[in-house]
Amino acid sequence: MKLVTAIVKPFKLDDVKNALELIGIAGLTVSEVQGFGRQRGHTEVYRGAEYQVDFVPKVRIEVVVGEIEAARVVDAIVEAASTGQIGDGKVWVTTIDEIVRVRTGERGADAL
Amino acid sequence: MVNTGDTAWILTSAALVLLMTPGLALFYGGMVRAKSVLNMMMMSFGALALISVLWVLYGYSVAFGNDVGLGLLGDPTEFFGLKGLMEDVTTEEGGLPALAFVGFQAVFAIITVALISGAIADRAKFGAWMVFAGIWATVVYFPIAHWVFDFDTDAGHVGGWIANDLLALDFAGGTAVHINAGAAGLALALVLGKRRGFGREAMRPHNLPLVMIGAGLLWFGWFGFNAGSALAANNTAAVAWINTLVATGAATLGWLVVEKLRDGHSTSLGAASGVVAGLVAITPSCAAVSPIGAIVIGAVAGVLCAMAVGLKYKLGYDDSLDVVGVHLVGGLVGTILIGFLATADAPAGVDGLFYGGGVDQLWRQVVGALAVLVVSFVATYLIGTAIQRTMGFRIEEQDEVTGIDTVVHAESGYDYASLGSSGSTAPLSGQARAEARNTEGIRA
Repeated sequence: MKLVTAIVKPFKLDDVKNALELIGIAGLTVSEVQGFGRQRGHTEVYRGAEYQVDFVPKVRIEVVVGEIEAARVVDAIVEAASTGQIGDGKVWVTTIDEIVRVRTGERGADAL
Repeated sequence: MVNTGDTAWILTSAALVLLMTPGLALFYGGMVRAKSVLNMMMMSFGALALISVLWVLYGYSVAFGNDVGLGLLGDPTEFFGLKGLMEDVTTEEGGLPALAFVGFQAVFAIITVALISGAIADRAKFGAWMVFAGIWATVVYFPIAHWVFDFDTDAGHVGGWIANDLLALDFAGGTAVHINAGAAGLALALVLGKRRGFGREAMRPHNLPLVMIGAGLLWFGWFGFNAGSALAANNTAAVAWINTLVATGAATLGWLVVEKLRDGHSTSLGAASGVVAGLVAITPSCAAVSPIGAIVIGAVAGVLCAMAVGLKYKLGYDDSLDVVGVHLVGGLVGTILIGFLATADAPAGVDGLFYGGGVDQLWRQVVGALAVLVVSFVATYLIGTAIQRTMGFRIEEQDEVTGIDTVVHAESGYDYASLGSSGSTAPLSGQARAEARNTEGIRA
């Protein structure tokens, strides 16, 4: 099983969610996060005083899927989240050892 | 015989001016970080509470009692506790009840004290602030109000030196309120020192909509401040009202244009600040200039104040919310420009330099402004230093980092937690309360 984690621009969340639903993904987790990459932060000015805001807001999307589906999920996210601009984010895949559905106690692929 | 129209307007104006202090609390409160919003607002509400009482006890008498010498101070015993003022003493046609005037002037004293608090955001002990507020009002504001607002009368009452001897024009308090509070703010910012991280850390306003609401309430209340200072529902009040409208608009435009040219963006904080800068500058001048003169005064104030707020970073004093840049600079602009832009067509009836009046009014304006500036600065510095050395004015450094609201008031401005971290509602037992008081969490 694989955990696909994507950091994307907040306004792309709906597009990514719709794209994942189209390829049959049954669930995902979303969180609002902050950070910086090549985009760095931005500058704000209050009464003439400049403040460098180091972290920009992003959305983190996490999806747990089977081995075979992971590549399709990554492709769908990348396609939906891309604007071609700096700051579009990253997607990475990690292997997970175990997964349990809390309600039934099912394990492994059955829990997906 | 009471003039009911005038009385209704002055009582209404007084209530409008009172609303300015909660408005100021919002204006200032939104500008600080979320961890100190309550303390910022409490300094205004503390002034409301304390100065109301002091004004009734002896403040009014020091400001408007018969002069005890040289135009410096009213007799504190004459109207102690407002004695003798409850009867209807208005004899001539068109009089105001004495207590209507007492109330109108009370709210001026309150907001002048509250204005100073913007210079010492995030770092002053609340108890020390309250002690300061009481001493400052007594030693600085009440006497200076006497200098500026207490006029001699035909009935033999003797008032203050700026109003009657120097003859500087200050219709609603450019000197007594704004230069006074601005100079005091500068002195107090120097006494308390810079906030931890000043000039390095981002100390962004945590809630600009609050700042905008506050600026709106200030503008609304300011019509009472300026037009009410006519002390009658008459033409002078109407002229002051229009000048208060248009100078404020011009100042806001001026501030926004400076920001657009200098920083690339016109900001909401700039608009709110421009509103206040314009209101400050038109305060002394609103009955002395034409509406066109008011536009000039507003525009000059908006531009100069927008440039002056950056001085604290260059000169290294932490006037946190720009009491100096807005109130001292704006007050000086409005008070001194009277010397240039006053016109005999306006209710004050004096011509300034640009209207053929020469420099006669100009030097009076400059002397009045500087006198209040110097006295307020020196007296405030001494009072502040005395408090700092005895009871301590500033909170501990670690408490400043934690946030003054939880440390000094045991409250938080906002509770965003929707889970269990909000805590329980069980009342503290006596023992638990004592323990809590001994922890670092509660230290007044």
